[in-house]
Amino acid sequence: MKARVFITLKNGVLDPQGKAIHHALEGLGFAGVNDVRAGKLIELDLADGTGDSDIEDMCRKLLANTVIENFRIERLEDA
Amino acid sequence: MRSAVIVFPGSNCDRDLATALEQVTGREPAMVWHRETELPEGIDFIGVPGGFSYGDYLRSGAMAARSPVMRAVTDAASRGVPVIGICNGFQVLTEAGLLPGALMRNAALKFVCRNVPLRVENSQSLFTANYDAGEEIVFPVAHHDGNYQADDATLDRLEGEGRVAFRYLDEVNGSARSIAGILNDTGNVLGLMPHPERVIEPAHGGTDGRRLFEGLLETVNA
Repeated sequence: MKARVFITLKNGVLDPQGKAIHHALEGLGFAGVNDVRAGKLIELDLADGTGDSDIEDMCRKLLANTVIENFRIERLEDA
Repeated sequence: MRSAVIVFPGSNCDRDLATALEQVTGREPAMVWHRETELPEGIDFIGVPGGFSYGDYLRSGAMAARSPVMRAVTDAASRGVPVIGICNGFQVLTEAGLLPGALMRNAALKFVCRNVPLRVENSQSLFTANYDAGEEIVFPVAHHDGNYQADDATLDRLEGEGRVAFRYLDEVNGSARSIAGILNDTGNVLGLMPHPERVIEPAHGGTDGRRLFEGLLETVNA
């Protein structure tokens, strides 16, 4: 079974990387970009039957720093 | 004072810290590898050094904070053993939950490497007893992720409880309220981005860092 964990900065947390990407997009002539936030995608290949709460535990204990980041779990397939 | 310096793969200020500690305390610190599950007996000071532990994978300090030795460091800290985290060490201590907040990418996205003026905000702590409150000192910084952030309630609590130990006097990395170093709620854990261990002897271009370790030594030996 596979799962994807999307890690994003919380609202209100300044994202210097996203800002730099935004500026670079503008520099390339892309108009109409209002804001850019950069995050992380972590793909997990898990034993069948791994529960949501286990994945949440992984996020809280390591994958995300919940002081500054949110996470969202997406299960891709169930065997 | 018997001190320990924790060494992670990718630490690179561990020897500087060990040299500073040996000069000030007259005793060679124990170098403790990250895989150890216990600290040597009788340790009364722990240093978590700067560097790029685990190549800054995932987040700066994230992997190191979960390494076996950090459980022993956390236990020691909860018993009141003084712990200092410098630069990457500060990142490790926040990731380990020993200090609040997080250290994010510098606001200007650039690696900052220079001497910075700091103000000593709290001269009552274990680590700052040899400075005067409000005193201006100079420590070098060398970091990419030194932008200290926490929610407003946490920042207010840190300020209200006198737990902001050092503050930048000019713009360095975008840190909330120019915070350069903070203490935990019991005052025995200090994390700071600037490097006191790099200003120990005149040949370093400054000696402002020496008093931090001397003050600690006097308090621990008292």
